Amino acid sequence: MKFIKDIPADETLDLVCRMCPMHLLEPGNKLKCMKKGQVLEVLTDYDGALEDIPEWCKKCGQEFIGIEEDEECYKLYIKKVK
Amino acid sequence: MNRVYLDHASATPVRKQVIEAMLPYFDQHFGNPSAVYDIGSKIKQVMEEQRERVANLIGAKPEDIIFTSSGAEANNLAIKGVALSGQKKGKHIIISAIEHHSVLNSARFLERLDFEVTFLPVDQYGMVDPERLRNAINPETILVSIMHANNEIGTIEPISELAAICKEKGIFFHTDAVASVGNTKIDVNELNVDLLSLSGVSLGAPKGIGALYFRKKIRLNPLIHGGIQENGRRAGTENVPGIVGLGKAAELAMEELPEKMIYVRKLRDRLITGIHEKVDKIKLTGHPENRLPGHASFCFEAIEGESLIFMLVQSGIYANTGSACASKALKTSPVLVAIGVQPALAQGSVVFTLDNTNRTEEIDSVLEKLPAAVNRLRMLSPLWGKEAPVYSEGVCA
Repeated sequence: MKFIKDIPADETLDLVCRMCPMHLLEPGNKLKCMKKGQVLEVLTDYDGALEDIPEWCKKCGQEFIGIEEDEECYKLYIKKVK
Repeated sequence: MNRVYLDHASATPVRKQVIEAMLPYFDQHFGNPSAVYDIGSKIKQVMEEQRERVANLIGAKPEDIIFTSSGAEANNLAIKGVALSGQKKGKHIIISAIEHHSVLNSARFLERLDFEVTFLPVDQYGMVDPERLRNAINPETILVSIMHANNEIGTIEPISELAAICKEKGIFFHTDAVASVGNTKIDVNELNVDLLSLSGVSLGAPKGIGALYFRKKIRLNPLIHGGIQENGRRAGTENVPGIVGLGKAAELAMEELPEKMIYVRKLRDRLITGIHEKVDKIKLTGHPENRLPGHASFCFEAIEGESLIFMLVQSGIYANTGSACASKALKTSPVLVAIGVQPALAQGSVVFTLDNTNRTEEIDSVLEKLPAAVNRLRMLSPLWGKEAPVYSEGVCA
């Protein structure tokens, strides 16, 4: 797991309080509307997302940049590469 | 004997068109909306159309509507959902002293989780004073919930003014509009609210269906955990027939509301004026003008509301003593206590809630039979003729 800080994101997807597996459904939809090279920030309070999202990025061919944790939630960063 | 039903705040008959719309979704279109095949996806599409109809009725966007099992669940989801998701920001919420039990008891539940709850007092008409709200807000406040209209006394609260105070301070504002939606015009943008609860019961839809409007950016801790129905915010296979019923009822309400409000208000005024003319020692509860079009509520001195209800039932007239959810509790109504009605007088509470299915002749029939029923009960009452209770100024008949 790569911890990062202050990554500028082009779009944010707030999935805090949303049930599993929304964290695996919504990023794909959101990325469809984004351009190559842009960064998506996914906010979630679901621990399972920490493993699921990097794995999902591998399967979908997107780049998982890393994770930042703050008081409220986890922030996971995905770069659209295809 | 013809039945005169004047308890529409408790339940409305399901409209014929609503039943017709629902029926195919019990057998013909029975599939699970989450299923990936066409039987499911077609139903999912129908469900989304109903979401749009419900949204249209309150000026919202379809994606801001969550279907629930009732108005009570919508209130629970709003109060607990916002409080639990926002507790890191603060643990103070504000509600009025005359909220429905589903708001009141959700707030009490949060008190057990170390939230602080302020119960805002109301004036003699049940109105919340915006300045009192402003003064009650502190840096820990994360949510305010004030009902749009009170189901027991009919008073409509100054919601847009109250919500504006919260918006200015970055606090979420919820309103329980269960008694109002379908009975008076509701627009979430005009009201400036962040969350709003509604129920099928007061709309001519079946029981067991309701909805919560919420502005999409609000985080809601789910009450029911499980699958990802309602976009991961409420688990459980959807009540498709109920949702179709609510959608149809919302569509009908949208078409009929302006005319209904005018018609029902006339009936209500006829009833209020007539009762004032024919029965003495009574108090109209709630605001004389700012009240729901079909709502007339009184306290009758020296009698018990429940006895009067049973006397009226003998004549085929159906009304209620107060909130349908609390009327069996044999406890003085907290709403009437909050507006300053003396406990003895509060016992004589009777609430009439009208709909556009009621007719002038029905109101006249109440005006003919009610005075005799009141007189008869008063003749039997040990309290009748004793020292008169203190009425609030200006609302004593």
